[in-house]
Amino acid sequence: MNQYPLWKNIMVIVVIILGVWFALPNFYGEDPAVVIAKENGLAFSQLETSDIEEYLQEINSGYKSIKRQEKQILIRYDQVEEQLSGSDSMRAYMGRSATVALTFAPRTPNWISRFGLKPMSLGLDLRGGVHFKFKVDLDAAIEQRLNQYIADINKALIDKRIRRNIKKQGNVISIELSDPEDLSRARSLIREIDPLLVIETVPGITSPGLQVEMTQDQLKQRRDFAIQQNILTMRNRVNELGVAEPIVQRQGFDRIVVQLPGVQDPTQAERILGATATLEFRMVCENESAFAAEAKGRAPIGCELFVDRAGNPVLLKKKTIVSGNQLIDASQTFSEGRPAVSIRLDNKGSKSMLETTKRNLNKPMAVLFIQQRQETKERNGQFVTSSVLEKEVINIATIRGVFSSQFQITGVSVVEARDLSILLRAGALAAPIFKVEERTIGPSLGQDNINRGFQAILIGLAMVVLFMIFYYKGFGLIANFGLLINLTLVMALLSLLQASLTLPGIAGIVLTVGMAVDANVLIFERIKEEIRIGNSPQASITAGYQKAFGTIADANITTLIAALVLFTFGTGPIKGFAITLTLGIITSMFTAIIASRAIVNIVYGQRTINKLRI
Amino acid sequence: MIVKEFNFLSKRYFALAISAILLLTSLVSLTFKGLNPGIDFTGGFSVEVAFQEPPVINEIRDALASGGFPEAIVQSFGSSKDINIRIMPRENIDNKAIGKQIEAILNNSANAVELRGSEFVSPQVGDELTEQGGLAMLYALMMIMIYIIFRFQWKFAIGAVVALIHDVIITMGVFSVFQISFDLAVLAAILAVVGYSLNDTIVVFDRIRENFRLRRKEQTLDIINTSINQTISRTIITSGTTLLVLFTLYIIGGKSLEGFSLALIIGVVIGTYSSIYVATTSVLFLDVSATDLMLIKKEKVDDGMP
Repeated sequence: MNQYPLWKNIMVIVVIILGVWFALPNFYGEDPAVVIAKENGLAFSQLETSDIEEYLQEINSGYKSIKRQEKQILIRYDQVEEQLSGSDSMRAYMGRSATVALTFAPRTPNWISRFGLKPMSLGLDLRGGVHFKFKVDLDAAIEQRLNQYIADINKALIDKRIRRNIKKQGNVISIELSDPEDLSRARSLIREIDPLLVIETVPGITSPGLQVEMTQDQLKQRRDFAIQQNILTMRNRVNELGVAEPIVQRQGFDRIVVQLPGVQDPTQAERILGATATLEFRMVCENESAFAAEAKGRAPIGCELFVDRAGNPVLLKKKTIVSGNQLIDASQTFSEGRPAVSIRLDNKGSKSMLETTKRNLNKPMAVLFIQQRQETKERNGQFVTSSVLEKEVINIATIRGVFSSQFQITGVSVVEARDLSILLRAGALAAPIFKVEERTIGPSLGQDNINRGFQAILIGLAMVVLFMIFYYKGFGLIANFGLLINLTLVMALLSLLQASLTLPGIAGIVLTVGMAVDANVLIFERIKEEIRIGNSPQASITAGYQKAFGTIADANITTLIAALVLFTFGTGPIKGFAITLTLGIITSMFTAIIASRAIVNIVYGQRTINKLRI
Repeated sequence: MIVKEFNFLSKRYFALAISAILLLTSLVSLTFKGLNPGIDFTGGFSVEVAFQEPPVINEIRDALASGGFPEAIVQSFGSSKDINIRIMPRENIDNKAIGKQIEAILNNSANAVELRGSEFVSPQVGDELTEQGGLAMLYALMMIMIYIIFRFQWKFAIGAVVALIHDVIITMGVFSVFQISFDLAVLAAILAVVGYSLNDTIVVFDRIRENFRLRRKEQTLDIINTSINQTISRTIITSGTTLLVLFTLYIIGGKSLEGFSLALIIGVVIGTYSSIYVATTSVLFLDVSATDLMLIKKEKVDDGMP
């Protein structure tokens, strides 16, 4: 007789119940919806919400419900078309003060969502949105640090009146000294700046010089810092954009992936994400002629040559009064009818600004706008992207009074004022980034992908189910039941893990449907063989399950190896495929070996069978 | 045995010839014609647009050429109204502008156009992907080999890997001969083929091992033949259900899964064949015998069985 001990039957039932429970939210489906968030990150008031609701009724948009939640307003629709036209009209209604993004809102009833259950999260290719991959320019991050060291070393040596010539050669700072006596003093001064730096003495022309390098650890730390800082900054920036469920993640050595579901215009998102715009305040070199300097191609000592927006040369002092990282807040305003950015400085910046304005009343001060631009050039048949620093004087104003922490700058357009205030608020990138990948998936394409994907699953499933019944009769029914449990378990696991389901992920599920019956086929074929040799039906069932087990394990483990390699090496869509394939293999082993056996035992196990129809 | 056995291995030289021809054609095509790499590998810019009415492709081509994109590749994509436009990477490519530019060029005609999706990939990423894909394949093969050596024996490991390489080369060969776009999804499919084909091979090997232990006196050739016969119905049924869902995916899964499902369809067909002929013939050539499996302790039949 084929009987499972009670605990095994209970286990099977518990797993099935848990699977159905966690997969449950998916059966309710999702509503196409629109999320509105304020650009300044504040919450909506009850009044504003009812204003929007009134407007929605006024324009007769076929919305289903409107709800205020945390800092957002969520408007649900019945149809994707209504959602699209709804988001357009909301965009026009809200204007620049808010971002409007498309999303899907689960229809899960309260009594389920109260337990924190969520449906599978859909990938960008299914829900539409923008995907970016950025490469962080780590060399630039190192260079920035080296320049900082050079400035510090230079200052320390000047203070001690040591005559020197400092140059940067690759990642090495080389310091030529005029007087050999200074060598040990210079060395200890550098030690004071950073005791970890590698300092070597090298022969020089008049005196031995020093070579300073960062250690491997320092280089690694600097690189990691640059990437982490960039991720932080980009997260801040994405939050400023007000997108629902954004993803900002490190990938591999120097990549950052950003996914913005529901966003339709990659241009704005990219402008904000990748922007490196920052400001610097400097005094103008008054007694020198900028045009003469431009003609000579060289700026006088202590000055630096720039151009303003009209293309005219401007000479500014080399010393920076305040730089972008000393800003604590920035917002877009208007000053005398012109777009402006209102700025607040931190303590150090305020002090520096106060001193400067005190000493330089009625003298001109300039605002320098700095940003990285990317340039793609062909070098030996390879396309190489590098970042170029662009500096431009946007405004020169005469200091009319003493000010310190709060002031406004003008000379920017409306869009620039808005972007600049977002960027200054969110913080600067620690290293320049450039885009290496961008994917935009329109909402209609996403919906199309969902429909096709689920159709493929259903039709594929129907065909396999019919075939199994036709070929294995009663046992086919049992295998089909296992197949359904298998699909439910995959869905439950995906919902639990909240791994995003992509189109290749759906393909993985479809493939699982085809392959999951394999274990059952192996078992059933074995049972058939046993019967053919003349064994009794009950003994054949036992032997079939037993003998097939080793084969199933071997075959599935090797497939699992391939799936895991895919998971490790794959990115984005491939990972999605690898996840569903892996889950599918694991759950199919459970359903085909343990769950199907439980049913076989219940159906056939307790009675004497003369002939097994299989 | 009650059922009459079919002598699969008597046809092994014929199969060998077929495999040799397929492999040679694939290798020649891969060497001289190469693959038709998708944007994932070459880098560049790709836009997917939907027109209101089916457009004339040549008109789009002309419009793009006069708009500054003479090298644009224009293809219909899925339905006759959907068009995919691909632009290769070039110097000082301003990808922000390209999308808008193309949209502007296409919007000139009376036929309304909707931008359904766009994609930009830097050429750098493409190079890395090729490297990563190759590495992934290599690691997968190595790990699988180690597992089989551990579970079976080195001759079986070689047989399985030979069959896998055979399948991968022929599947890629088909993509090369017909110049079907080879993108990231196809690469994933080929790795899945590795897993699938292996599945089949392992089932046959498992039976060979079992039979070696049960029928010590029989000839190796007969044992392999019997094993293939015992597993053939399972092989056909599983391949059949898998192909069933793959064809569904190919037909209704949409254009973006077409290459993916095609690679799997080819892979499953070739993989089924290779597990019957290539893997087993390789093991036969390596002169596998019952003594090869003697060193492994005979496992208990009920290892952890429920």
